[in-house]
This record gives sequence, structure tokens and C-alpha cells, in this order.
Amino acid sequence: MPARLKLFLPLVVFFGLALLLFRGLQLDPRELPSALIDQPFPAFSLPSLASGETLNVEALRGEVALYNIWATWCYTCRVEHPYLLKLAQQGVPIYGVNYKDEPEAARRWLAELGDPYRDNIVDQKGTLGLDLGVTGAPETYLVDKRGVIRYRHVGEVNERVWKGTLEPLYDELLREDS
Amino acid sequence: MHPVRKRRLMIVLFIVLFSSVAVGLVVYGLSGNINLFYPPAEVVAGKAPVGQSIRVGGMVVDGSIQRASDSLRVAFELTDYSGTVPVVYEGILPDLFDEGQGAVAAGQLDANGVLQATEILAKHDENYMPPEVAEALEASGKAPPGAGSGS
Amino acid sequence: MIAEIGHFALILALCVALLLALVPAWGCLVGNQRAMGMAPSLAVGLLLFSLIAFACLATVFLQDDFSVALVANNSNTLLPDAYKFSAVWGNHEGSLLLWVLILAGWTAAVAVFSAQLPLIVLARVLAVMGAISVGFLSFSIFTSNPFSRLLPNTPMEGMDLNPLLQDPGLIIHPPILYMGYVGFSVAFAFAIAALWGGRLDAAWARWSRPWTNVAWAFLTLGIMLGSWWAYYELGWGGWWFWDPVENASFMPWLAGTALVHSLAVTEKRGLFKSWTVLLALFAFSLSLLGTFLVRSGVLTSVHAFATDPARGLFILVFLAIVVGGSLVLFALRAPAVSSRVRFEWLSRDTLLLFNNVVFLVATITVLFGTLFPLIMDAFGQGKYSVGPPYFNTVFVPLMALLVPFMGIGPISRWKRDTARRWQAELLLPALVALICGLTLPLFGGEDYNVWVAIALVMAFWLTFGLLRDLWHRCGAKLSGLRRLSPSYWGMVLAHLGFAAAIIGVVLASQYSEERDLRMEAGQSETLAGYRFQLLEVARVRGPNYVADEARFEVSRDGKLIARLAPQKRHYLAGGSMMTEAAIDAGLWRDIYVAMGEAVGEGGWAIRLHYKPMVRWMWLGAILMGAGGLLTVADRRYRGRKQPASDTVEAGAHAGAA
Repeated sequence: MPARLKLFLPLVVFFGLALLLFRGLQLDPRELPSALIDQPFPAFSLPSLASGETLNVEALRGEVALYNIWATWCYTCRVEHPYLLKLAQQGVPIYGVNYKDEPEAARRWLAELGDPYRDNIVDQKGTLGLDLGVTGAPETYLVDKRGVIRYRHVGEVNERVWKGTLEPLYDELLREDS
Repeated sequence: MHPVRKRRLMIVLFIVLFSSVAVGLVVYGLSGNINLFYPPAEVVAGKAPVGQSIRVGGMVVDGSIQRASDSLRVAFELTDYSGTVPVVYEGILPDLFDEGQGAVAAGQLDANGVLQATEILAKHDENYMPPEVAEALEASGKAPPGAGSGS
Repeated sequence: MIAEIGHFALILALCVALLLALVPAWGCLVGNQRAMGMAPSLAVGLLLFSLIAFACLATVFLQDDFSVALVANNSNTLLPDAYKFSAVWGNHEGSLLLWVLILAGWTAAVAVFSAQLPLIVLARVLAVMGAISVGFLSFSIFTSNPFSRLLPNTPMEGMDLNPLLQDPGLIIHPPILYMGYVGFSVAFAFAIAALWGGRLDAAWARWSRPWTNVAWAFLTLGIMLGSWWAYYELGWGGWWFWDPVENASFMPWLAGTALVHSLAVTEKRGLFKSWTVLLALFAFSLSLLGTFLVRSGVLTSVHAFATDPARGLFILVFLAIVVGGSLVLFALRAPAVSSRVRFEWLSRDTLLLFNNVVFLVATITVLFGTLFPLIMDAFGQGKYSVGPPYFNTVFVPLMALLVPFMGIGPISRWKRDTARRWQAELLLPALVALICGLTLPLFGGEDYNVWVAIALVMAFWLTFGLLRDLWHRCGAKLSGLRRLSPSYWGMVLAHLGFAAAIIGVVLASQYSEERDLRMEAGQSETLAGYRFQLLEVARVRGPNYVADEARFEVSRDGKLIARLAPQKRHYLAGGSMMTEAAIDAGLWRDIYVAMGEAVGEGGWAIRLHYKPMVRWMWLGAILMGAGGLLTVADRRYRGRKQPASDTVEAGAHAGAA
């Protein structure tokens, strides 16, 4: 039935197009593998949000920890904040990088919403963020005992992300180091 | 020839002719008007063609923006931390263009390795970076050598 | 509480949509009249629940309920009420809800205004629309719930609506555009129903024609509003960027234009049936594809919504089911044998076929250009971008090819015509168009502009051809004008609109002048004979922003023409900068001033534009839209019950081709 067969042509074309679009989804430009993975956390010398003392990368080294890039202007940070509080209660060390923000507003935010952070690095000019290659807030870096970045998560940390990716890696790093 | 056959032949001829015109237009349209994206590192390495329209994207180096006082001429540098390309542009910059932010410049490289930009695109909001820029930064594969490298 | 009611209404709407998709369909399969008869009431129920959900979302926005995540993210107490309302659809979740609401509106409209349809056809159409609603409602509920709460950490203040969207144009642009996008789902549903019933005939074409025309008219107006908005809000004075998101709405329009014309042939002559069905499937598929491109993030664009791969996958699967399924149905059920009806080379049938080919090729080239970066990326060829020059190079010649034949179309006869008659009718209009078009550019500028001459010849050719035809049809008497059918008038308006748009597009791009300058207070500059004096730059405060405002006086030959005050706004909540252009609009020219950034010691970057005839483009689009809407008033689309086996009408009727 050749006359009927040609009516399938649009379907075949669409099938090709759909495959292309599916490939396009996997190429999603926002899914970023990190170039910084297995690289040491960049050196910095920036004030602490709470005490104002100067912090540097050596001072924070020594345990497996999360580094969370956040800011008060960042809406998603507000969404993930309760989950970070929960993680902190479970004893996961979290350091904050307060990114391109007003320290005063950041202190108010922490007073109001609770403070999950061990300490906060004030990165008002975004220099540390630049070194990290931060593309936006929030982002979360998993750093091991020797201060090497092992994983980078772009976007909100929630139950799914923690249970699915971060926690297994975190547990592995804890075992590795002990 | 049978009139129906003849008509069918005419239709086929017409379609062939018309689609070749269309394909010709598409090829001609594409040949001059697509521009490939280059990260600064590749431009510095000499991989980008001189005198062809290309796009280069990266972060605007802190403190690199220099404006002319009597015109809208502006010069700045784009970096992916493993290479830095000087850019010159004359015109109005987008609202979100700033130092330390991602930007894409479209234009032509001149013989001195300066990008003569005809268009500047800045990132759209705080949470967004042009994906090419993000990839260029990733692909540079190099952690910036310590704090303040960009300033 | 209101948010929960809204969420609940949305879930109920999904349930109703499921019933609408299943019960009448089952009724059609087994011949159960009562099941089929439920379809219209279910359609109205679907509209009701969607309306409740939408009203709830609008209410939480107006009440500044920041415990709802969407409100916290997209609104602010300082935002004026009108923008709080339009903020409902200034984001992915809310605009999806608007989409759902409009789809339900179209479904209910089909249910209410189709009393003349045989019940089984109506039930099939509504079932298909119900199924589409199921897809979009589950998309909304499962991946993009607009009602999700931010508890217990409710913010005190919202993040504000993106300043680009705080604009009157954006209050009406998305609803109108979606009316068009979604409206093609009716043509789609009629096509599926026809394939399902195995009856592709003139009656089917007549039923779907008014719906298609209305959807097309809305899409035309929606695209026009988008272009107008980009023109004055983005601050570059451009009106069409061939941005992926613009293309996403333009491709269904191109396919829809082909469909509108092809339906005419199918209705009048019973020709091109499979082709018309295929176009109906295409037009809606392209609407869905547009949705996918805008919301999945596979292409980057200034307009794109915040994206999420999970959503992209959902739409892609939905797209695959809807488009793939309908094309399988098409392949299995469409008539494979070409129809017995004959037509000669010189006939309106051929001209409309040509129209279809041109518009389809245009659609494909735009689609190709839009997807080209994705294709290259998928094959690992690097990151390309395809700029406007590609689209202009391809699109403009295609449209230019169309116009000579478009002028003949209205005056030509169905089935068979003669070159001699065309010559007799059109020689005079052609000559007048040629003379007017070639001489007018002499007065237009210092250099004779060939492109302007060509555009004018084309526009006059269309216009005079139409006038000649009007004259003919009304029997050379003014009183005869009243006898002409609304669908004929609709065609005339739409074609005149196209002519106006050609003039607007070509003259605005050829004769525009613009300068980017550094200006200080007290300084004046001249552009196209207009003197722009910058009086001062002042600080002003708006409801939710502070702005630097440049105050200009524009004069010509010493006479004050306009005071313009462009602004550079700094929005307080989001901290973003926005350029607010000032425009002195006119039928013959726009004067456009926009501010750039401050450049050293009191200087500001200023962009001055002089844009002749730019309004004609939008005026043309309005005429086209009005024409599309007018055709619906035609008597033959209303009233008496049509038997499903209606035969092809005689060609004597004045056709809206």
C-alpha cells in the first residue's frame, strides 16, 4: 500500500524531531559538571559574618563539610534554608558563603530564620564566588577533610538532593577519612 | 502524455524547484550569519578566526572597564580564568552589564587580538548566566589561581 | 485557605477533564447517546473549576499572601494592583494556569456554540479537548503547582515582579497570545474527530473554519502586542528579534495562516483534505513545540521562563503522545487517494496551493533556524547561534514571492480561470501600483531606495487589486457594498492589513535613523531634522523604583514637537536596572529616546531613534486580526442544523480565501 505509506512521512519526521528535542533536554545548559571537582577549595581571606575576624581556607579545613553559597536576595535560598537547619541539627557541618550581600541584612536573616552555619564567610564583592565559578545562588560544595572540593550542587538542597546524591558521598567521605 | 500524469509531473517539478530555492536561501542565509562561540582561552590560543564574526563569552574582569570621556566607546576584558580577551565596543551597554558579571560579546577579532564588538549581551538576572559562559568557565578546566585573581 | 481552595479546584478540574476525555469517547465507541450528551456539561464544569482555581490565584496575588511561594517570588506590596494581577501570569506556573483556563474556555465555547453539530461529532471534539486538558492540568499539578506554600518561613515581603513585565502591554499580551495558541487546539480537535469518524468533508471544514479564524486572529494580535511591547520596553527600538520565543509563537502563526487558506479550499471545493487535516495537526503541534521550547530551557532566550529539566521532559512526553498519536491516526485514517475533484492551473485553487507551499516552507525554515543551535550542539559541533540576518535572508524573499500571486487571489475563480480575464481585471491595478510605487520613493529621501519602491509596488498591487475586486462585486454601486458577506470583508481587511504591514516593516527598516550619543544637560543634537535638547537629568521616584529621568525637548524648525522623558529605573525590591524609553508616537513617524548608563561627569549615554511608518506594521496586524474575527459573523457559520453529509457548496459564494 504505497499510497498509505507516504502518509507516515510526517510521523517519521516528527520522530526525528522528538529525538533531537530529547537530546536537547540532556544537553541542558544548566546542568553543570564542575571544573573544580577534586581541586582544592580556593584560597581566600575574608571576614566572618558573626565575629568579623578574618577567615582563611586553612582555618576551616579539617573535616568533611558543606559550603553553601547564599544571599538574602536569593529566593531559592529561602526555600532551602529550613532544610539546611535540619541538616545542621543532624550534625552536618555547614559553612556559609554570604555572596554579594549586605552583611547587615544577612545577620537579620539569620536572626529571623535561624542559623544553620558553623560560620559565614562574607563575600560581599563576590571574589570568592568568582574563584569558585559560582553561577548563581544557591550552590553547595561538598569539601573533604583536606579541603578538596568533591562535589558541587547547583540549586536548592532538599530532601531529594541530600538523600539521593549528597548524603551517600558525604558518608563515603566520612568513612574515607576515618 | 496523459493530462493527469502531466499535471502530476508539473507539480513535482514545481515542488522540486521551489524547495531547491528554499534550500538555497537557507544555505546562503546560514553561511554568513551564524557565529560560533569561543571561550577566551581558545581565542588567546589563536583558535578563533580573525575577521570573522564570532562570539566570546566570559566574566567581565573587575576594574577592566574603561570608558572614553567624550564618546560611548568602552573597553573591557573578558576572562574564563585561563585566558583573557580585550574587547572594544561603542554604544549603549545592556542594563545588567557590570564588572564581575557574565557577558557575551559578538564581533570580529582584529589583527591585534582585540575583539571589535558589535553587540554585547549581559546575563539576564542574578540567577542566570548565559549557558555558553557557564560552559566556557567550566571548560577552561582551571581553578582561578587564588583569591583576587580577577581584580 | 484560598490557595488550598484553588489547589482543590485545580484537582477537581483534572477529574472533570478526565471524565470529559473518557466518558464521551466511550459513548462514541459504543454508541451510547447519554454518555455523548454529557460532554457539553462536563466542558462547562471544566471551565468552572479552572475559573475558580484561577480566581484563587489572582486573589492571593492581590492580597499579598507571601506564604504562597509564587506570590513571594513574583510580587511585592509596592507593586500596583494592575501588575499584581498580571503577575499571576508573569511566571511559569501562573501562565500555565492561564493556559489551562483559556483551554477550558475554548472547550466550553465549543460546547455552547455548536448546537448545530451532530452530537457524535461534538462529543468527539470535546473528548479530544478534554484529553488535552488532562495533559496540561497534570503538568500544572504535578510539576508546576502554582499554589505551593512557603511554610513555616513565610517572608515578610515579596521578591517583586521582573521589572520588564511591569508594563500595560504585558497585562494583555499573554492572554491574547494564549487565546491564539490554545485556540488551534479546537482546529486540532476537529481534525482528530474527523479522522476518528473517517469523514473528511466540506462540512468538517465549515465547522472548524470559524474557530480556526478566531484563533488565528488572536494569535495575530498576540504576536503584534509582543512585538509592540519589545519595541517600547526593551529600550533598543527593535520590534522583532527572531528570538526563539518569538519564533515559537510565529511558527504556529505561519502554519495557521496556511491552514486558514487551505480550509477555504476544502470547504468550497472539497480538495486538499488530507493536507488540510495535516496542517491543522501541525498548527497545534507547533503551539505545543513552542511551549516546550519556552519552558524546557533547551534553547536560551531573553524571554524564557526559569527552567527545569523535569518540566521539559514532561512536555516532551506530552508532545510525543499528542503529536505522535495524532500523526499515527493521520497515517492510518487519512484518505490516501487524491480526490476526484479537478482543477486547472489557472484557478484560485492553485493560487491557494501556492500560498500553502510558501507558508509551509517559511514555517520549516524558521523551525530549522530556531533549532539549528540545538542540532549542532546535539552533534557536538560547538555552540552556534543563528542571528536575525539568517531569518531575514530566508523569510523576506519567501514573502516577496507570495505577494504577486496574493494580488491575483481574491479576483480569481475557483476551478478554472483564464489568463485573459486576469489581464482584463488586473492590468489597470498593476500599472497604477507600479507607477505609484516607483514614484513615491522619489519624495522619501535623498537617495532612491529600491527596496522601498519594491515594497510599495507590492503593497499597492494588493490594495488596488482588492479595490478592483470590491468594485466588481458590488456591481459598481456603493449600495452594493452592504450585500457583501462578512467573510469577504474579513478577507479584504486581512489582506489590506498585510499590505500595511509590508509598508511598515520595509519603510521602518529602510528609513530609520538612530544614533547612540553621549549627552550632557544643556546639549542638543539633531537627527532626521529633529532637534533633541537635553534640558536636565533629574531623580524621580515611582511606586516601587527610583529613576534617573532625562528631560528632552524635541523640536523641528524651531517648533516644539514633544517633551520626552526617558528613564533609567532602579527597582527597589529586586535591585535590577531597567531602561524606560520615551516615545512620541505618530502614524507617520515615531521619535524614540532611550537612556543608557551614566558616562562620567554628568554625561549620559543616550539613544535617539527616528522611525518612520513603524506603526503601520502593528496597524496592519490589527487589521489582519480584525479581518479574522469578522469572518465569524458570516451567516453560513450560524443557525440551522447541518447534516453531517453536507455536500460541497457551489462555488458561487463569495469566498473568504
